[in-house]
Amino acid sequence: MTGLPPSLSRVIGLSGGALDVLMPMHVWADPDGRVVQAGPTLTKMARRGDLTGLPLFRILEFRRPARVDGVQALMALAGQRLGLALRDAPDLPLRGALTTLPEGTGLILDISLGLSFARAVAEFGLTLNDFSPCDQTVELLYLHEANTSTMALSRHLSRRLEAARAEAEAQALSDPLTGLANRRAMDAEIARCLDDPGQDFGLLHIDLDRFKQVNDTLGHAAGDAVLARVGAILRHQLRHTDVAGRVGGDEFLVLLRDCPDRAEMAAVAARLIAAIEEPVPFEGHLCRISASIGLAASIDYNQRPGLDRVLADTDAALYAAKRGGRGRYAAHGEPEPAPRRRAGDAAPGGFTRRCLDPLVSTPNTGGD
Amino acid sequence: MHGMVNRALQGFLVATYGADVWAEVRGQAGLPFADFEAMLDYPDEMTLACFGAACHVLHKHPNVLLEDLGTWLVTDTHLEPLRRLMRFSGASFLDFLHSLEELGDRGRLAVPDLDMPQIELDQIDPASFRIRARWSLPGIAPILMGCLRALADDYGALAFLRLDGIDRGVECLHVQLLDTAFSEGRSFDLGRVAS
Repeated sequence: MTGLPPSLSRVIGLSGGALDVLMPMHVWADPDGRVVQAGPTLTKMARRGDLTGLPLFRILEFRRPARVDGVQALMALAGQRLGLALRDAPDLPLRGALTTLPEGTGLILDISLGLSFARAVAEFGLTLNDFSPCDQTVELLYLHEANTSTMALSRHLSRRLEAARAEAEAQALSDPLTGLANRRAMDAEIARCLDDPGQDFGLLHIDLDRFKQVNDTLGHAAGDAVLARVGAILRHQLRHTDVAGRVGGDEFLVLLRDCPDRAEMAAVAARLIAAIEEPVPFEGHLCRISASIGLAASIDYNQRPGLDRVLADTDAALYAAKRGGRGRYAAHGEPEPAPRRRAGDAAPGGFTRRCLDPLVSTPNTGGD
Repeated sequence: MHGMVNRALQGFLVATYGADVWAEVRGQAGLPFADFEAMLDYPDEMTLACFGAACHVLHKHPNVLLEDLGTWLVTDTHLEPLRRLMRFSGASFLDFLHSLEELGDRGRLAVPDLDMPQIELDQIDPASFRIRARWSLPGIAPILMGCLRALADDYGALAFLRLDGIDRGVECLHVQLLDTAFSEGRSFDLGRVAS
Protein backbone atom coordinates (compact mmCIF):
# COMPACT_ATOMS: atom_id res chain seq x y z
CA MET A 1 0.00 0.00 0.00
CA THR A 2 1.10 3.54 -0.67
CA GLY A 3 0.68 6.31 1.84
CA LEU A 4 -2.47 7.44 0.06
CA PRO A 5 -5.66 6.43 1.83
CA PRO A 6 -7.68 4.09 -0.33
CA SER A 7 -10.67 5.63 -2.01
CA LEU A 8 -13.75 3.90 -3.32
CA SER A 9 -13.69 5.66 -6.63
CA ARG A 10 -10.19 4.26 -7.15
CA VAL A 11 -11.06 0.76 -5.96
CA ILE A 12 -14.49 0.03 -7.42
CA GLY A 13 -15.27 3.10 -9.44
CA LEU A 14 -18.07 4.33 -7.20
CA SER A 15 -18.25 7.43 -5.06
CA GLY A 16 -18.84 7.03 -1.32
CA GLY A 17 -22.16 8.81 -1.78
CA ALA A 18 -23.29 6.13 -4.20
CA LEU A 19 -22.72 3.40 -1.60
CA ASP A 20 -24.58 5.47 1.01
CA VAL A 21 -27.63 5.55 -1.27
CA LEU A 22 -27.51 1.90 -2.25
CA MET A 23 -26.48 0.44 1.11
CA PRO A 24 -27.12 2.85 3.98
CA MET A 25 -25.94 0.20 6.45
CA HIS A 26 -22.65 -0.71 4.79
CA VAL A 27 -19.18 -0.43 6.25
CA TRP A 28 -15.88 -0.49 4.41
CA ALA A 29 -12.84 -1.56 6.40
CA ASP A 30 -9.19 -1.46 5.35
CA PRO A 31 -6.85 -4.50 5.66
CA ASP A 32 -6.01 -3.40 9.21
CA GLY A 33 -9.67 -3.55 10.22
CA ARG A 34 -10.16 0.21 10.44
CA VAL A 35 -13.30 1.81 9.10
CA VAL A 36 -12.72 3.70 5.88
CA GLN A 37 -16.34 4.60 5.38
CA ALA A 38 -19.67 3.73 7.02
CA GLY A 39 -23.19 4.23 5.70
CA PRO A 40 -25.40 6.88 7.32
CA THR A 41 -27.88 4.45 8.91
CA LEU A 42 -25.16 2.30 10.42
CA THR A 43 -23.46 5.47 11.68
CA LYS A 44 -26.72 6.52 13.31
CA MET A 45 -27.18 3.12 14.91
CA ALA A 46 -23.60 2.96 16.28
CA ARG A 47 -24.07 6.29 18.10
CA ARG A 48 -20.35 7.12 18.06
CA GLY A 49 -20.43 9.97 15.59
CA ASP A 50 -18.23 9.58 12.53
CA LEU A 51 -16.93 6.02 12.48
CA THR A 52 -14.03 6.68 10.12
CA GLY A 53 -10.75 5.35 11.50
CA LEU A 54 -12.31 3.30 14.30
CA PRO A 55 -11.47 -0.41 14.53
CA LEU A 56 -14.32 -2.43 12.98
CA PHE A 57 -14.18 -5.00 15.79
CA ARG A 58 -14.72 -2.31 18.40
CA ILE A 59 -18.03 -1.38 16.75
CA LEU A 60 -19.27 -4.79 15.67
CA GLU A 61 -19.22 -8.23 17.16
CA PHE A 62 -19.27 -11.17 14.70
CA ARG A 63 -21.00 -14.33 15.94
CA ARG A 64 -22.04 -16.55 13.05
CA PRO A 65 -21.00 -18.76 11.42
CA ALA A 66 -18.15 -18.34 13.91
CA ARG A 67 -16.94 -15.77 16.39
CA VAL A 68 -14.15 -13.90 14.66
CA ASP A 69 -12.18 -10.87 15.67
CA GLY A 70 -9.49 -10.62 13.02
CA VAL A 71 -9.69 -9.18 9.51
CA GLN A 72 -8.18 -12.25 7.83
CA ALA A 73 -10.64 -14.59 9.57
CA LEU A 74 -13.48 -12.26 8.69
CA MET A 75 -12.46 -12.05 5.04
CA ALA A 76 -12.54 -15.83 4.90
CA LEU A 77 -16.30 -15.60 5.50
CA ALA A 78 -16.85 -13.61 2.29
CA GLY A 79 -20.15 -14.49 0.63
CA GLN A 80 -21.58 -16.26 3.66
CA ARG A 81 -24.55 -15.23 5.74
CA LEU A 82 -23.17 -13.51 8.84
CA GLY A 83 -24.74 -13.10 12.26
CA LEU A 84 -23.47 -10.03 14.08
CA ALA A 85 -24.45 -7.27 16.50
CA LEU A 86 -23.39 -3.82 17.50
CA ARG A 87 -21.17 -3.97 20.59
CA ASP A 88 -23.43 -1.37 22.18
CA ALA A 89 -26.63 -3.28 21.37
CA PRO A 90 -25.74 -6.96 21.80
CA ASP A 91 -29.37 -8.07 22.18
CA LEU A 92 -30.39 -6.81 18.73
CA PRO A 93 -29.05 -9.39 16.28
CA LEU A 94 -28.14 -8.11 12.83
CA ARG A 95 -27.49 -9.90 9.62
CA GLY A 96 -24.72 -9.25 7.10
CA ALA A 97 -22.75 -10.27 4.03
CA LEU A 98 -19.28 -9.17 2.99
CA THR A 99 -17.06 -9.17 0.00
CA THR A 100 -13.34 -8.58 -0.19
CA LEU A 101 -12.06 -5.69 -2.26
CA PRO A 102 -9.45 -6.07 -5.00
CA GLU A 103 -5.74 -5.54 -4.46
CA GLY A 104 -5.92 -6.09 -0.72
CA THR A 105 -7.85 -2.89 -0.09
CA GLY A 106 -10.02 -4.46 2.58
CA LEU A 107 -13.64 -5.50 2.67
CA ILE A 108 -17.13 -4.14 2.29
CA LEU A 109 -19.77 -5.42 4.67
CA ASP A 110 -23.49 -4.77 4.17
CA ILE A 111 -25.81 -5.10 7.14
CA SER A 112 -29.54 -5.41 7.63
CA LEU A 113 -31.78 -5.65 10.65
CA GLY A 114 -32.54 -9.19 11.72
CA LEU A 115 -35.88 -10.48 12.92
CA SER A 116 -35.71 -8.10 15.84
CA PHE A 117 -36.30 -5.29 13.32
CA ALA A 118 -39.28 -3.86 15.20
CA ARG A 119 -37.27 -3.41 18.40
CA ALA A 120 -34.26 -2.23 16.44
CA VAL A 121 -36.21 0.50 14.64
CA ALA A 122 -37.54 1.75 17.97
CA GLU A 123 -34.22 1.44 19.77
CA PHE A 124 -32.23 3.29 17.11
CA GLY A 125 -34.97 5.80 16.28
CA LEU A 126 -34.89 4.93 12.59
CA THR A 127 -37.18 6.60 10.06
CA LEU A 128 -38.40 5.76 6.56
CA ASN A 129 -35.49 7.75 5.16
CA ASP A 130 -32.95 5.53 6.90
CA PHE A 131 -33.86 2.58 4.70
CA SER A 132 -33.09 2.01 1.06
CA PRO A 133 -36.30 1.85 -0.99
CA CYS A 134 -35.16 -1.66 -1.92
CA ASP A 135 -35.06 -2.73 1.70
CA GLN A 136 -38.32 -4.42 2.72
CA THR A 137 -37.74 -3.88 6.43
CA VAL A 138 -40.25 -1.05 6.46
CA GLU A 139 -42.81 -3.29 4.79
CA LEU A 140 -42.14 -5.93 7.43
CA LEU A 141 -42.74 -3.32 10.06
CA TYR A 142 -45.96 -2.28 8.34
CA LEU A 143 -47.07 -5.89 8.21
CA HIS A 144 -46.15 -6.38 11.85
CA GLU A 145 -48.35 -3.45 12.87
CA ALA A 146 -51.17 -4.43 10.53
CA ASN A 147 -51.10 -7.96 11.97
CA THR A 148 -51.20 -6.66 15.51
CA SER A 149 -54.24 -4.54 14.68
CA THR A 150 -56.18 -7.20 12.84
CA MET A 151 -55.33 -9.81 15.49
CA ALA A 152 -56.80 -7.47 18.08
CA LEU A 153 -59.97 -7.20 15.98
CA SER A 154 -60.16 -10.97 15.64
CA ARG A 155 -59.66 -11.53 19.34
CA HIS A 156 -62.34 -8.94 20.07
CA LEU A 157 -64.76 -10.74 17.76
CA SER A 158 -63.94 -14.16 19.21
CA ARG A 159 -64.50 -12.91 22.75
CA ARG A 160 -67.88 -11.46 21.90
CA LEU A 161 -68.96 -14.53 19.96
CA GLU A 162 -67.91 -16.72 22.88
CA ALA A 163 -69.95 -14.61 25.31
CA ALA A 164 -72.97 -14.72 22.99
CA ARG A 165 -72.57 -18.48 22.58
CA ALA A 166 -72.38 -19.08 26.33
CA GLU A 167 -75.46 -16.94 26.87
CA ALA A 168 -77.39 -18.68 24.11
CA GLU A 169 -76.36 -22.04 25.51
CA ALA A 170 -77.49 -21.12 29.01
CA GLN A 171 -80.78 -19.87 27.60
CA ALA A 172 -81.20 -22.99 25.52
CA LEU A 173 -80.70 -25.26 28.54
CA SER A 174 -82.56 -23.55 31.34
CA ASP A 175 -86.10 -22.62 32.21
CA PRO A 176 -86.17 -18.89 32.92
CA LEU A 177 -89.11 -18.99 35.38
CA THR A 178 -87.76 -21.59 37.80
CA GLY A 179 -84.04 -21.43 37.04
CA LEU A 180 -84.12 -25.22 36.61
CA ALA A 181 -82.95 -27.12 33.56
CA ASN A 182 -85.39 -27.31 30.66
CA ARG A 183 -86.66 -30.37 28.81
CA ARG A 184 -83.74 -30.40 26.38
CA ALA A 185 -81.10 -30.18 29.11
CA MET A 186 -82.90 -32.78 31.20
CA ASP A 187 -83.16 -35.26 28.32
CA ALA A 188 -79.47 -34.77 27.55
CA GLU A 189 -78.48 -35.36 31.18
CA ILE A 190 -80.58 -38.52 31.53
CA ALA A 191 -79.24 -39.81 28.21
CA ARG A 192 -75.67 -39.21 29.45
CA CYS A 193 -76.38 -41.22 32.61
CA LEU A 194 -77.96 -44.03 30.58
CA ASP A 195 -74.87 -44.17 28.38
CA ASP A 196 -72.60 -44.49 31.39
CA PRO A 197 -72.78 -48.12 32.60
CA GLY A 198 -71.19 -47.14 35.90
CA GLN A 199 -73.90 -44.62 36.68
CA ASP A 200 -77.03 -45.82 38.49
CA PHE A 201 -79.74 -43.30 39.16
CA GLY A 202 -83.30 -42.73 40.21
CA LEU A 203 -85.73 -40.65 38.21
CA LEU A 204 -88.73 -38.76 39.62
CA HIS A 205 -91.47 -37.43 37.40
CA ILE A 206 -93.44 -34.77 39.30
CA ASP A 207 -96.79 -33.39 38.24
CA LEU A 208 -98.41 -30.64 40.33
CA ASP A 209 -101.91 -31.28 41.63
CA ARG A 210 -104.52 -28.48 41.75
CA PHE A 211 -102.16 -26.20 39.85
CA LYS A 212 -104.85 -25.49 37.25
CA GLN A 213 -107.24 -24.26 39.97
CA VAL A 214 -104.61 -21.80 41.23
CA ASN A 215 -104.08 -20.52 37.69
CA ASP A 216 -107.80 -20.29 36.99
CA THR A 217 -108.87 -18.62 40.24
CA LEU A 218 -105.87 -16.42 41.10
CA GLY A 219 -104.40 -15.85 37.63
CA HIS A 220 -101.17 -16.67 35.84
CA ALA A 221 -99.08 -14.52 38.15
CA ALA A 222 -100.12 -16.74 41.05
CA GLY A 223 -99.37 -19.80 38.91
CA ASP A 224 -95.92 -18.39 38.14
CA ALA A 225 -95.28 -17.73 41.83
CA VAL A 226 -96.17 -21.33 42.63
CA LEU A 227 -93.91 -22.65 39.86
CA ALA A 228 -91.03 -20.46 41.05
CA ARG A 229 -91.60 -21.75 44.59
CA VAL A 230 -91.47 -25.37 43.38
CA GLY A 231 -88.27 -24.49 41.50
CA ALA A 232 -86.78 -23.16 44.73
CA ILE A 233 -87.83 -26.30 46.64
CA LEU A 234 -86.21 -28.54 44.05
CA ARG A 235 -83.04 -26.51 44.03
CA HIS A 236 -82.75 -26.47 47.84
CA GLN A 237 -83.91 -29.94 48.75
CA LEU A 238 -81.68 -31.85 46.36
CA ARG A 239 -77.99 -32.54 46.46
CA HIS A 240 -75.94 -30.41 44.10
CA THR A 241 -75.11 -33.49 42.05
CA ASP A 242 -78.79 -34.10 41.34
CA VAL A 243 -80.47 -32.41 38.41
CA ALA A 244 -84.00 -31.00 38.38
CA GLY A 245 -85.79 -29.65 35.35
CA ARG A 246 -89.14 -28.18 34.42
CA VAL A 247 -90.20 -30.21 31.43
CA GLY A 248 -93.76 -29.01 30.86
CA GLY A 249 -96.28 -26.44 32.19
CA ASP A 250 -96.44 -27.97 35.67
CA GLU A 251 -94.30 -31.05 35.18
CA PHE A 252 -90.82 -31.59 36.57
CA LEU A 253 -88.18 -34.28 36.33
CA VAL A 254 -85.60 -34.99 39.00
CA LEU A 255 -82.51 -37.09 38.36
CA LEU A 256 -81.04 -38.54 41.56
CA ARG A 257 -77.50 -39.62 40.85
CA ASP A 258 -76.19 -42.80 42.48
CA CYS A 259 -79.56 -43.22 44.10
CA PRO A 260 -81.41 -46.14 42.49
CA ASP A 261 -82.65 -47.41 45.83
CA ARG A 262 -86.44 -47.51 46.08
CA ALA A 263 -86.56 -46.57 49.75
CA GLU A 264 -84.30 -43.58 49.32
CA MET A 265 -86.19 -42.44 46.25
CA ALA A 266 -89.45 -42.80 48.12
CA ALA A 267 -88.07 -40.73 50.99
CA VAL A 268 -87.07 -37.97 48.61
CA ALA A 269 -90.47 -38.09 46.88
CA ALA A 270 -92.32 -37.88 50.17
CA ARG A 271 -90.15 -34.98 51.34
CA LEU A 272 -90.75 -33.10 48.10
CA ILE A 273 -94.52 -33.63 48.26
CA ALA A 274 -94.57 -32.38 51.84
CA ALA A 275 -92.61 -29.27 50.89
CA ILE A 276 -94.75 -28.58 47.83
CA GLU A 277 -97.89 -28.88 49.95
CA GLU A 278 -96.77 -25.98 52.15
CA PRO A 279 -99.17 -23.19 51.13
CA VAL A 280 -97.63 -20.42 49.01
CA PRO A 281 -98.75 -16.88 49.95
CA PHE A 282 -99.67 -14.74 46.97
CA GLU A 283 -101.22 -11.26 47.24
CA GLY A 284 -103.15 -12.04 50.38
CA HIS A 285 -104.15 -15.52 49.27
CA LEU A 286 -102.68 -18.90 50.12
CA CYS A 287 -102.11 -21.11 47.13
CA ARG A 288 -102.47 -24.74 48.08
CA ILE A 289 -101.20 -27.34 45.72
CA SER A 290 -99.75 -30.79 45.95
CA ALA A 291 -97.81 -33.09 43.70
CA SER A 292 -97.96 -36.61 42.34
CA ILE A 293 -94.71 -38.38 41.59
CA GLY A 294 -93.78 -41.36 39.47
CA LEU A 295 -90.50 -43.14 40.18
CA ALA A 296 -88.17 -45.31 38.10
CA ALA A 297 -84.60 -46.42 38.65
CA SER A 298 -81.86 -47.53 36.33
CA ILE A 299 -81.58 -50.83 38.24
CA ASP A 300 -85.20 -51.65 37.33
CA TYR A 301 -83.87 -52.88 34.01
CA ASN A 302 -81.71 -55.84 33.08
CA GLN A 303 -80.36 -53.94 30.11
CA ARG A 304 -79.90 -50.22 29.84
CA PRO A 305 -83.17 -48.89 28.42
CA GLY A 306 -83.49 -46.00 25.98
CA LEU A 307 -84.39 -42.52 27.13
CA ASP A 308 -87.94 -42.79 25.80
CA ARG A 309 -88.49 -46.02 27.68
CA VAL A 310 -87.41 -44.62 31.06
CA LEU A 311 -89.50 -41.51 30.56
CA ALA A 312 -92.53 -43.57 29.54
CA ASP A 313 -92.09 -45.71 32.67
CA THR A 314 -91.90 -42.75 35.06
CA ASP A 315 -94.89 -41.32 33.24
CA ALA A 316 -96.86 -44.54 33.74
CA ALA A 317 -95.87 -44.57 37.41
CA LEU A 318 -96.96 -40.94 37.73
CA TYR A 319 -100.40 -41.74 36.35
CA ALA A 320 -100.64 -44.68 38.66
CA ALA A 321 -99.97 -42.27 41.53
CA LYS A 322 -102.61 -39.89 40.18
CA ARG A 323 -105.14 -42.71 39.93
CA GLY A 324 -104.33 -43.63 43.51
CA GLY A 325 -105.64 -40.26 44.63
CA ARG A 326 -103.02 -37.54 44.02
CA GLY A 327 -100.56 -36.15 46.55
CA ARG A 328 -98.69 -39.45 46.51
CA TYR A 329 -96.01 -41.32 44.64
CA ALA A 330 -95.83 -44.65 42.86
CA ALA A 331 -92.92 -46.61 41.48
CA HIS A 332 -92.51 -48.11 38.08
CA GLY A 333 -93.07 -51.87 38.07
CA GLU A 334 -95.27 -51.90 41.17
CA PRO A 335 -98.29 -54.10 40.63
CA GLU A 336 -100.72 -51.67 42.28
CA PRO A 337 -100.60 -48.03 43.19
CA ALA A 338 -100.44 -47.82 46.94
CA PRO A 339 -103.42 -45.79 48.13
CA ARG A 340 -102.17 -45.14 51.68
CA ARG A 341 -98.79 -43.73 50.79
CA ARG A 342 -99.73 -40.14 51.30
CA ALA A 343 -96.79 -37.89 51.64
CA GLY A 344 -98.75 -35.82 54.13
CA ASP A 345 -98.51 -38.77 56.51
CA ALA A 346 -94.80 -38.35 56.69
CA ALA A 347 -93.43 -36.97 59.92
CA PRO A 348 -91.72 -33.55 59.50
CA GLY A 349 -88.21 -33.90 58.23
CA GLY A 350 -88.53 -37.59 57.49
CA PHE A 351 -90.59 -40.42 56.29
CA THR A 352 -92.18 -42.94 58.62
CA ARG A 353 -91.38 -46.58 58.34
CA ARG A 354 -95.05 -47.31 58.19
CA CYS A 355 -95.19 -45.46 54.91
CA LEU A 356 -91.95 -46.83 53.65
CA ASP A 357 -92.44 -50.47 54.37
CA PRO A 358 -94.80 -51.43 51.57
CA LEU A 359 -92.54 -49.75 49.06
CA VAL A 360 -89.41 -51.41 50.30
CA SER A 361 -91.08 -54.77 50.34
CA THR A 362 -92.19 -54.43 46.75
CA PRO A 363 -90.04 -56.88 44.81
CA ASN A 364 -87.75 -55.43 42.23
CA THR A 365 -89.24 -56.75 39.05
CA GLY A 366 -85.99 -56.44 37.14
CA GLY A 367 -87.38 -54.80 34.06
CA ASP A 368 -90.96 -55.38 33.15
CA MET B 1 -68.64 -5.37 1.25
CA HIS B 2 -66.00 -6.21 3.82
CA GLY B 3 -66.97 -5.66 7.44
CA MET B 4 -64.08 -3.18 7.84
CA VAL B 5 -65.74 -0.84 5.35
CA ASN B 6 -69.14 -1.18 6.98
CA ARG B 7 -67.61 -0.83 10.38
CA ALA B 8 -65.86 2.35 9.22
CA LEU B 9 -69.17 3.80 8.04
CA GLN B 10 -70.82 2.95 11.37
CA GLY B 11 -67.83 4.21 13.38
CA PHE B 12 -67.78 7.48 11.45
CA LEU B 13 -71.52 8.08 12.00
CA VAL B 14 -71.39 7.21 15.70
CA ALA B 15 -68.23 9.24 16.37
CA THR B 16 -69.39 12.27 14.41
CA TYR B 17 -73.15 12.36 14.94
CA GLY B 18 -73.80 10.11 17.93
CA ALA B 19 -75.37 6.75 18.68
CA ASP B 20 -78.92 8.08 18.22
CA VAL B 21 -78.22 9.01 14.61
CA TRP B 22 -76.73 5.59 14.00
CA ALA B 23 -79.81 3.96 15.54
CA GLU B 24 -82.03 5.99 13.20
CA VAL B 25 -79.85 5.17 10.19
CA ARG B 26 -79.86 1.44 10.79
CA GLY B 27 -83.59 1.56 11.48
CA GLN B 28 -84.24 3.26 8.15
CA ALA B 29 -81.84 0.93 6.37
CA GLY B 30 -83.61 -2.07 7.89
CA LEU B 31 -80.40 -3.49 9.32
CA PRO B 32 -81.24 -6.72 11.20
CA PHE B 33 -78.56 -6.18 13.88
CA ALA B 34 -77.15 -3.38 16.00
CA ASP B 35 -73.51 -3.35 14.91
CA PHE B 36 -71.43 -4.26 11.91
CA GLU B 37 -68.61 -6.66 12.68
CA ALA B 38 -65.21 -5.73 11.23
CA MET B 39 -64.16 -9.32 10.54
CA LEU B 40 -67.31 -10.43 8.70
CA ASP B 41 -68.66 -9.77 5.19
CA TYR B 42 -71.98 -8.14 4.33
CA PRO B 43 -73.97 -7.80 1.10
CA ASP B 44 -73.24 -4.55 -0.77
CA GLU B 45 -76.94 -3.68 -0.59
CA MET B 46 -76.65 -3.33 3.19
CA THR B 47 -73.74 -0.90 2.85
CA LEU B 48 -75.58 1.15 0.25
CA ALA B 49 -78.82 1.13 2.27
CA CYS B 50 -76.97 2.41 5.35
CA PHE B 51 -75.18 5.08 3.42
CA GLY B 52 -78.39 6.19 1.69
CA ALA B 53 -80.20 6.32 5.03
CA ALA B 54 -77.33 8.35 6.54
CA CYS B 55 -77.55 10.96 3.75
CA HIS B 56 -81.29 11.13 4.30
CA VAL B 57 -81.19 11.36 8.09
CA LEU B 58 -78.40 13.98 8.09
CA HIS B 59 -79.63 15.92 5.02
CA LYS B 60 -76.15 15.68 3.52
CA HIS B 61 -75.03 15.40 -0.08
CA PRO B 62 -73.41 11.97 -0.58
CA ASN B 63 -70.09 13.49 -1.67
CA VAL B 64 -69.91 15.69 1.43
CA LEU B 65 -70.57 12.75 3.73
CA LEU B 66 -68.02 10.56 1.90
CA GLU B 67 -65.36 13.24 2.09
CA ASP B 68 -65.97 13.67 5.84
CA LEU B 69 -65.71 9.89 6.18
CA GLY B 70 -62.33 9.95 4.38
CA THR B 71 -61.05 12.71 6.67
CA TRP B 72 -62.25 10.85 9.74
CA LEU B 73 -60.33 7.71 8.70
CA VAL B 74 -57.06 9.64 9.03
CA THR B 75 -57.82 12.02 11.88
CA ASP B 76 -59.87 10.09 14.44
CA THR B 77 -57.70 9.27 17.45
CA HIS B 78 -59.22 5.80 17.73
CA LEU B 79 -57.96 5.07 14.22
CA GLU B 80 -54.35 6.00 14.99
CA PRO B 81 -53.23 2.49 13.88
CA LEU B 82 -54.73 3.14 10.44
CA ARG B 83 -53.06 6.55 10.15
CA ARG B 84 -49.77 4.92 11.04
CA LEU B 85 -50.25 2.20 8.44
CA MET B 86 -50.87 4.88 5.82
CA ARG B 87 -47.79 6.85 6.85
CA PHE B 88 -45.67 3.79 6.09
CA SER B 89 -46.33 4.54 2.43
CA GLY B 90 -43.89 7.40 2.21
CA ALA B 91 -41.61 9.76 4.08
CA SER B 92 -43.29 12.82 2.55
CA PHE B 93 -46.68 13.67 1.09
CA LEU B 94 -45.10 13.59 -2.35
CA ASP B 95 -43.72 10.10 -1.65
CA PHE B 96 -47.16 9.15 -0.45
CA LEU B 97 -48.77 10.33 -3.69
CA HIS B 98 -46.22 8.41 -5.71
CA SER B 99 -46.97 5.25 -3.75
CA LEU B 100 -50.77 5.52 -4.15
CA GLU B 101 -50.75 2.86 -6.84
CA GLU B 102 -49.38 0.43 -4.21
CA LEU B 103 -52.26 1.21 -1.84
CA GLY B 104 -54.26 -1.81 -3.00
CA ASP B 105 -51.42 -4.25 -2.35
CA ARG B 106 -50.62 -2.50 0.90
CA GLY B 107 -54.20 -2.84 2.10
CA ARG B 108 -54.31 -6.51 1.12
CA LEU B 109 -51.07 -7.14 3.02
CA ALA B 110 -52.94 -6.05 6.13
CA VAL B 111 -56.31 -7.65 5.34
CA PRO B 112 -56.01 -10.16 2.49
CA ASP B 113 -59.69 -10.22 1.50
CA LEU B 114 -60.18 -6.46 1.69
CA ASP B 115 -61.66 -5.00 -1.49
CA MET B 116 -59.26 -2.12 -2.13
CA PRO B 117 -59.67 0.54 -4.81
CA GLN B 118 -57.51 0.37 -7.89
CA ILE B 119 -55.65 3.66 -8.22
CA GLU B 120 -53.57 5.24 -10.98
CA LEU B 121 -51.57 8.42 -10.61
CA ASP B 122 -50.70 10.67 -13.55
CA GLN B 123 -48.30 13.51 -13.01
CA ILE B 124 -49.48 16.49 -15.06
CA ASP B 125 -46.65 18.82 -14.07
CA PRO B 126 -44.15 18.77 -11.20
CA ALA B 127 -46.79 19.95 -8.73
CA SER B 128 -50.08 18.63 -10.07
CA PHE B 129 -51.50 15.16 -10.35
CA ARG B 130 -54.57 13.40 -11.60
CA ILE B 131 -55.75 10.39 -9.62
CA ARG B 132 -57.98 7.83 -11.30
CA ALA B 133 -59.69 5.39 -8.96
CA ARG B 134 -62.00 2.47 -9.50
CA TRP B 135 -63.81 0.57 -6.74
CA SER B 136 -66.64 -1.91 -6.40
CA LEU B 137 -68.91 0.79 -4.95
CA PRO B 138 -69.41 4.35 -6.23
CA GLY B 139 -67.92 7.21 -4.20
CA ILE B 140 -64.25 6.32 -3.91
CA ALA B 141 -63.05 9.74 -5.20
CA PRO B 142 -64.70 11.82 -2.46
CA ILE B 143 -63.49 9.34 0.19
CA LEU B 144 -59.94 9.58 -1.19
CA MET B 145 -60.22 13.36 -1.32
CA GLY B 146 -61.07 13.45 2.39
CA CYS B 147 -58.22 11.03 3.18
CA LEU B 148 -55.65 12.91 1.11
CA ARG B 149 -56.61 16.33 2.53
CA ALA B 150 -56.16 14.95 6.02
CA LEU B 151 -52.89 13.22 5.09
CA ALA B 152 -51.52 16.42 3.52
CA ASP B 153 -52.16 18.06 6.91
CA ASP B 154 -50.61 15.07 8.62
CA TYR B 155 -47.41 15.44 6.57
CA GLY B 156 -47.47 19.22 6.94
CA ALA B 157 -47.95 19.74 3.21
CA LEU B 158 -50.27 22.27 1.59
CA ALA B 159 -52.35 20.79 -1.21
CA PHE B 160 -55.43 21.79 -3.12
CA LEU B 161 -57.76 18.95 -4.10
CA ARG B 162 -60.93 18.80 -6.16
CA LEU B 163 -63.14 16.14 -7.71
CA ASP B 164 -62.41 15.87 -11.40
CA GLY B 165 -65.35 14.00 -12.88
CA ILE B 166 -66.15 10.39 -13.62
CA ASP B 167 -64.93 8.72 -16.76
CA ARG B 168 -66.63 5.39 -17.56
CA GLY B 169 -66.78 4.24 -13.96
CA VAL B 170 -63.35 5.64 -13.13
CA GLU B 171 -63.61 8.44 -10.61
CA CYS B 172 -61.06 11.25 -10.94
CA LEU B 173 -59.43 13.61 -8.52
CA HIS B 174 -57.12 16.55 -9.13
CA VAL B 175 -54.30 17.32 -6.69
CA GLN B 176 -52.29 20.55 -6.70
CA LEU B 177 -49.31 20.39 -4.38
CA LEU B 178 -48.57 23.96 -3.26
CA ASP B 179 -46.00 23.47 -0.53
CA THR B 180 -44.41 20.27 0.72
CA ALA B 181 -43.23 21.79 3.99
CA PHE B 182 -46.06 24.14 4.86
CA SER B 183 -46.35 23.18 8.52
CA GLU B 184 -44.86 20.89 11.10
CA GLY B 185 -47.41 18.12 10.47
CA ARG B 186 -47.99 15.25 12.87
CA SER B 187 -45.18 13.02 14.00
CA PHE B 188 -44.69 9.51 12.71
CA ASP B 189 -42.35 7.47 14.85
CA LEU B 190 -41.54 4.39 12.80
CA GLY B 191 -40.56 2.31 15.80
CA ARG B 192 -43.63 2.80 17.95
CA VAL B 193 -45.33 -0.52 17.50
CA ALA B 194 -49.10 -0.38 17.90
CA SER B 195 -50.30 -2.04 21.06
